[in-house]
Amino acid sequence: MTKILDRLPVVRHVRQSVGLQRGMLVTGLAITAVFVLTAIFAPIIAPYGYSQLRDASGTFGAQLPPGGAHLLGTTVGGYDVLSRVIWGTQTAVIVIIVAVLLSIFAGVALGLISGYIGGWLDRVLVVIADAIYAFPSLLLAIVAAIAISGGQSSFWGGILAAAISITFVFIPQYFRVIRAETVRIKSEAYVESAKVIGSGAPRIMVQHVLRNATRTLPLIFTLNSSEAILTLAGLGFLGFGIEPTAAAEWGYDLNKSLSDVTSGIWWTSLFPGLAIVLSVLGITLVGESLNDLADPRLRTRRRAEVAAHTPDPLEVQP
Amino acid sequence: MKTVVDIRNLEVTFATDGGDIPAVDDVSLTVGSGEVVAIVGESGSGKSVTAKSIIGLLPETAVTRGVILLNGRDVVGLTGEKLRATRGLDAAMVFQEPSTSLNPVYTVGWQLAEGLRAHGKYSRRQARAKAIEYLGKVGIPEPEKRIDHYPHQFSGGQKQRVVIAMALALDPELIIADEPTTALDVTVQAEILDLLRRCRDEFGTAIILITHNMGVVADLADRVVVMYEGKVVEQATATKLFGSPQHPYTQKLLAAVPRIDTTRERTPVAEAPPVVRATDLVIEYPGRFGRGGFRAVDRVSFTIAPGEVLGLVGESGSGKTTIGRAIGGLTKISGGSLQVLGHEMLTVRERGFKPVREQIGFVFQDPASSFNPLLTIAQCVAEPLIVHGRAGDATAARPRVDELLEAVQLPRAFGDRYPHELSGGQRQRASLARALALEPTLLIADEPTSALDVSVQARVLELFAELQNQFGFAALFISHDLAVVDTVSDRIAVLYRGELVEEGPPAQVLGAPEHPYTQRLLASLPVPDPAEQAVRREELRALTTRGEE
Amino acid sequence: MTAPEIAGPASVVPTTRPGTGGNKLLRFIIVRFLLIFPTIFILVTLVFVLMRTIGDPITAALGGRLPADQLAQRIEEAGYNRPILVQYFEYIGQVFTGNFGETISDHRPVVDVLVRYGGATLELAFYALIVAFIVGIPLGMLAAYVRDRWPDAILRVFAILCYATPVFFAGLLLKLIFAVGLGWLPVAGRASVRTELQLTRVDDPTGIYLIDALKTSNPGAVYADLLAHAVLPGVALGLLTAGIFLRLVRTNVIGTLSMDYVDSARSRGVREYRLVTKHALKPASIPIITVIGLQIAVLLGGAVLTETTFEWQGLGFMLTQYLTARDFVAVQGIVALLAVIVALTNFIVDIIAALIDPRVRY
Repeated sequence: MTKILDRLPVVRHVRQSVGLQRGMLVTGLAITAVFVLTAIFAPIIAPYGYSQLRDASGTFGAQLPPGGAHLLGTTVGGYDVLSRVIWGTQTAVIVIIVAVLLSIFAGVALGLISGYIGGWLDRVLVVIADAIYAFPSLLLAIVAAIAISGGQSSFWGGILAAAISITFVFIPQYFRVIRAETVRIKSEAYVESAKVIGSGAPRIMVQHVLRNATRTLPLIFTLNSSEAILTLAGLGFLGFGIEPTAAAEWGYDLNKSLSDVTSGIWWTSLFPGLAIVLSVLGITLVGESLNDLADPRLRTRRRAEVAAHTPDPLEVQP
Repeated sequence: MKTVVDIRNLEVTFATDGGDIPAVDDVSLTVGSGEVVAIVGESGSGKSVTAKSIIGLLPETAVTRGVILLNGRDVVGLTGEKLRATRGLDAAMVFQEPSTSLNPVYTVGWQLAEGLRAHGKYSRRQARAKAIEYLGKVGIPEPEKRIDHYPHQFSGGQKQRVVIAMALALDPELIIADEPTTALDVTVQAEILDLLRRCRDEFGTAIILITHNMGVVADLADRVVVMYEGKVVEQATATKLFGSPQHPYTQKLLAAVPRIDTTRERTPVAEAPPVVRATDLVIEYPGRFGRGGFRAVDRVSFTIAPGEVLGLVGESGSGKTTIGRAIGGLTKISGGSLQVLGHEMLTVRERGFKPVREQIGFVFQDPASSFNPLLTIAQCVAEPLIVHGRAGDATAARPRVDELLEAVQLPRAFGDRYPHELSGGQRQRASLARALALEPTLLIADEPTSALDVSVQARVLELFAELQNQFGFAALFISHDLAVVDTVSDRIAVLYRGELVEEGPPAQVLGAPEHPYTQRLLASLPVPDPAEQAVRREELRALTTRGEE
Repeated sequence: MTAPEIAGPASVVPTTRPGTGGNKLLRFIIVRFLLIFPTIFILVTLVFVLMRTIGDPITAALGGRLPADQLAQRIEEAGYNRPILVQYFEYIGQVFTGNFGETISDHRPVVDVLVRYGGATLELAFYALIVAFIVGIPLGMLAAYVRDRWPDAILRVFAILCYATPVFFAGLLLKLIFAVGLGWLPVAGRASVRTELQLTRVDDPTGIYLIDALKTSNPGAVYADLLAHAVLPGVALGLLTAGIFLRLVRTNVIGTLSMDYVDSARSRGVREYRLVTKHALKPASIPIITVIGLQIAVLLGGAVLTETTFEWQGLGFMLTQYLTARDFVAVQGIVALLAVIVALTNFIVDIIAALIDPRVRY
């Protein structure tokens, strides 16, 4: 039983880790778990709907301070802050899933083919990927968002627009990582030996290269998830997010709270902001820990448990 | 004789994922001034760990116990400034890889002066003068100019000289040389060993020489400490150890060292059309950014007859691996002609060559990377059978795989293991099994034993010879080691900078070499016998002086 | 916002054999320079294609507000009714001659917008870089040196927090605490109204206030005012980059600290402090500088958000203004221009990295 458990990526990593590294990994996993659970159970946890402005006793009222019926207060638009924060988790998770699913296949396939075949195709793709990679990703996402939705949209429209915009930024990243791995693996003796045996290129790519190159994917996945949250929030903050009636989105709420800050209203910005920071922190902690464990140079090892007793002083003579 | 190092009951333990592993177990030894003590052993014997513990260079995962008296002071457990003060002054170190032991972004002069200024008051000018002096002493020509050069502007042997100069400049009582010649070609190795001998003779420095090469030991050491699995199994003077080794392990180790024996029996060359015929073969690597290309193989001609083993010898950059890869269809040839099993490699296309691949087996140098880490050994060995349609999948191929594993003397159960669960020697056997799966008529073995310990190497070489007898394949056996090539080859070809300088039966090439390079190569190879090695050293010196005139 | 580097940048430094002459560096610079053009070309094309998928810019900006016939007339005047390929080649030609078009909403050349507001963005990026360097690099070295002990863990969590906090949220918090709560610093803007007036009156203003301030009658007071306004935006944007720098320096220095040459220097008795500051840092700085080049792009993206948060009237602020006005000619122009800036900075940064690496020089 333990053997099977040991082969699962994250479980194996927790077992491998020691000391502070384990602490960081476990903390990250805990925060991420809370994040995902909140997203799944948002309808149950949230006191109100994300676009709810009134209940049985009438409208909520705008900019109410925390307390009473509204634990974290209400926004300038009259929404309940706590509910918006909780529903926002769901939006973030859906965007991550869609964006990663869209980009991972394209990025991996392109990186594998480009790295393995090499030549002109490879050079052209590398220059393109590098150019996009070097460009401010938020600007690229804005341009893509304009192209896709013309700027604003419904729940699925908005989520798709955000996810696809982020995909534009991610594909070059997957491409670069998988290509680099492919180029490295291509010169490994086991790939050369498959070539000498006479295995065809598709067989080598799938059997030998792809399986070994994708071992870094959990790591990129976590890093990209945090980036997806930040880009989504950035888009929302600049007004390219999702309308408040379609879904809750933290960046949008922060944008609307800009003017509140000057008048000292802190609850409308603090809580959505903290939600972003915490979710990115959790996911990044997991990603960083996985990175450390994968890299032998960065990995901590336990110190030997032998008590380092001092030698017999009689034996030490100058 | 003054004692420089006195190690008593040293124990070193490492923490690993699999628990604590003792690396050094109750080791005691001494080194007197002006003495060269060799610590010999195979990988995992704890020889390097013992040496590194003298100057406290072990990683944090290690725990050290015991006493190491360096110039009368116990250095175990020293930390901080006290430990730093002993480094370089009491003991200096020469590392295995000269190319990585110099910082690439600083000049060698800067790095030399830095060591000096870490230990004493030197003005910039004084430090520089001393750096130039020592560069000259270790035989770097034009030291005034070369001092401002960066490491990558030196050759491998020169870099190792620079590292030795850095050690010498601090005038330490002891130099620890950790495999100082392993990364170097055999002709360069002889020069570096000479330099280390001068360190002892002219500077009176004690040397701890860590090596796995018995020839190197015989060449330089006064006394030998043999280590096995963390323990010292035998200590004796060099003459005594090589003359009458006491411990069974030492005896086994010495017996495993390949030796040149020109009287060995060889298979006579068959009178049949050759399996490989190279005529004026040229292989060039294209240059980058419009720079000129690099000619790795230059007008080389040779043949391999059916059932014959051709040994291809040369140092790094000689083009030997390139030739092997070209025959295996991994590198394109640029000119001349190379016929492999009747196919012309200059014009062949991958599709046309695929049926030919069935008849070619290939064994690679690095056993660590020659298997896909995610597949079992059985799946790896079955791959050629599946690719060429002899079996539907790995399960169907299993009976044949078991046969093959048996042929290379591996237990059948190993088929279900993953590559990292096998030792280097076992992996190289499995590699042979994979290469022989289709019963090829030609086998290319590219340095198949150079990453292995000497005793493992002996067993793999033996196995190779047996299999060759049994299956009767022709083979190209590539190696940098003349003695290794001699044990398996029917004919030997010597490559030097892309050109074939000499070719013929071993008795002729090794018994009476004609080309000056072959002569030098042969004379540089140290033999595991101190007395004989002393004679050979003089011969090499005579040869070099003659060459310079 | 780019994820922290995972595999490190693909080295652009070509591997070379020793002793191939002294013009290696020159050759490298030329090859690297030529690479700028395809980079700009690709980005400009990408932006063009994306922006045109939604139709012509005139309809996008004015559609619904003008009668159909007037709209058609304006489209024809601007040439947007011609085949898309013709427009594309014309646009590419214009970009390479430094013409980025004219805005629809206020009819000014995009290049003018750059000249007018570029200085402000440059200043903001400059402040942020200073903060990032001062915070990120020494702390990164420290973290590498004390690796895997608790100060390292604290520094790493700090770095992740810097990265995890969106600049606009950091900006809002800083504003809330230091401007609104404590009242120590101004809430927004590049300078107070009086200072701005003074600065616009100097002879040939550069738009970069730090330079223009020298020409005013009382530079001391002007500088004080400028700095007071710069602290919060500079810190907000700088901390984001500092987190990335910290992580980058830590990883690379740990990498070089494990190299043989560090052990080799240690065996000669070189002090631990020197091992970190000399032996590990300089070789590590080659990949670090390359990634810092990539961070310039992140910084520019972050500047858009910071400028919006602090009403800092720079390119990013203008970009959001044009976005709200749906003036996509202006947006396309500014984005294309930023692409040129990014390509040029990366070129310069790669040359600096090459100058540090003796293997490229000799």
